[in-house]
Amino acid sequence: MSETCDHMVQISEQAILQVRELDFYYGDFKGLKAVSLDVARNRVTAFIGPSGCGKSTLLRAFNRMYDLYPGQRAEGQIVFNGKNLLDRKQDVNLVRAKIGMVFQKPTPFPMTIYENIAFGVRLYEKFSKSELDERVEWALNKAALWDEVKDKLQQSGLSLSGGQQQRLCIARAVAVKPQIVLLDEPTSALDPLSTAKVEELINELKSEYSIAIVTHNMQQAGRISDYTAFMYLGELVEFGRTEELFVKPKVKHTEDYITGRFG
Amino acid sequence: MEHYRRRMLINRLGIGLSMLAMAFGLAALMWILWTLFSKGFAALSWDFFTQDTPAPGSEGGGLRNAIVGSVMIVGFATLVSTPIGILAGIYLAEYGDTSKFAATTRFVTDIMLSAPSIVVGLFVYALMVATVGGFSGWAGSVALSLIAIPVVVRTTENMLRLVPSSLREAAFAIGAPRWQVSLKVTLRSVKAGVVTGVLLAIARVTGETAPLLFTALNNQFFSADMSEPMGNLPVVIFQFAMSPYDNWIELAWGGALLIALLVLAINIGARVLFRHKT
Repeated sequence: MSETCDHMVQISEQAILQVRELDFYYGDFKGLKAVSLDVARNRVTAFIGPSGCGKSTLLRAFNRMYDLYPGQRAEGQIVFNGKNLLDRKQDVNLVRAKIGMVFQKPTPFPMTIYENIAFGVRLYEKFSKSELDERVEWALNKAALWDEVKDKLQQSGLSLSGGQQQRLCIARAVAVKPQIVLLDEPTSALDPLSTAKVEELINELKSEYSIAIVTHNMQQAGRISDYTAFMYLGELVEFGRTEELFVKPKVKHTEDYITGRFG
Repeated sequence: MEHYRRRMLINRLGIGLSMLAMAFGLAALMWILWTLFSKGFAALSWDFFTQDTPAPGSEGGGLRNAIVGSVMIVGFATLVSTPIGILAGIYLAEYGDTSKFAATTRFVTDIMLSAPSIVVGLFVYALMVATVGGFSGWAGSVALSLIAIPVVVRTTENMLRLVPSSLREAAFAIGAPRWQVSLKVTLRSVKAGVVTGVLLAIARVTGETAPLLFTALNNQFFSADMSEPMGNLPVVIFQFAMSPYDNWIELAWGGALLIALLVLAINIGARVLFRHKT
């Protein structure tokens, strides 16, 4: 991909994350090569590309998830609130409180539905019981789950169905009022109905949060995102407004991928 | 066809041999249990639980002091070894993944797991009995803790390693510090397994005799003072079984049966817990 330089990386709207010349290493293997792009505020940015292209790696750099694994490191800049969040001095937990994440498989904590939400809130807020109750209800409402669980808040989060568990995880992420929500293939383990619900949810959430989503499903990217980034072999091949990228991609490779000729 | 027939034959031979081996092992176990029941059941009377060990030559008697002593010594050993073992297990699984210190701890734990218990007894004897206070229930508890801790460490670490990394990541992803992730999320998700490990450690030390011989010794009289020599079931069984008195020998069988039933109950309890909660 030698065409990587001539595509746009900056956007005309306000950016919440500015990724500049980001390299990522798994030991000696280079997982991301000089990736630069903006993630727009209060918009949905989708990352697509074949398996192993680095889209999840990029997402996991945004909240420094890779810090958990020795041997993984990132170089370059990801500017968030005026600071490079890759900076060693940056408090990782504070970054993660501001940049929430939802994973491919639903991961409810082994505690009650109520506690699943309250756990994260308690980490950063000193709330009274009633304030906490209020926040839990607010978050569950945001995730369109309140009506289904309001009578069983004291039941285990593991007792919910897969789709409900995933919305619980979304509620858990928004409950700490982050600025960005990262979604790593959030619907790939869900049935079509639950998928539709989650997509609807993403659409509503973007009025208050900036969203970055990794998806294998190109139709999904087309349906829900404002911006799309196509990645291949650790490089950003093309980045642009979703309708432009899908309708008339500038790079031949992108066109081949979105028309299903490879990948 | 010839080839197939030979394979079938070998198959049958294999099944036959393993059935034989299983029957042998099971028979030995059943034999032990049967012997314990037939010789010890008669001793399990009201007096067995309410009277203390009899003096040489006197009639009747029970094992009250030994039962209470065992419960106290094992109880304190559990109180000490459970938190230490669980915290060390958490350290190994969640913190010291690749550090030298963790590798060393893991190695020492493995050695301790297979160390002869008499060595542990001797160590505590040298450390606590020979130097200062003499034989005591405390020394017994310390010796049993040293045997129980590695069991708890190992099961806790192994259980935590089974936690899918996605759960751990999810907890980190909302900005939780590592200690909260460990205590409130990952440890909680393997609660049943860790409790099982503690129960198995209790079962393991309940029957230990050698370390108590050097530490708690024995006490013919009822005593709830942990700083004194203390009666306990394994040592009483050891002494009474080899005595010339019929009532002592019967009490020894009764005590052996009691320990066997206790360990059986703990093991079954652990299995039930593990099946239901995970």
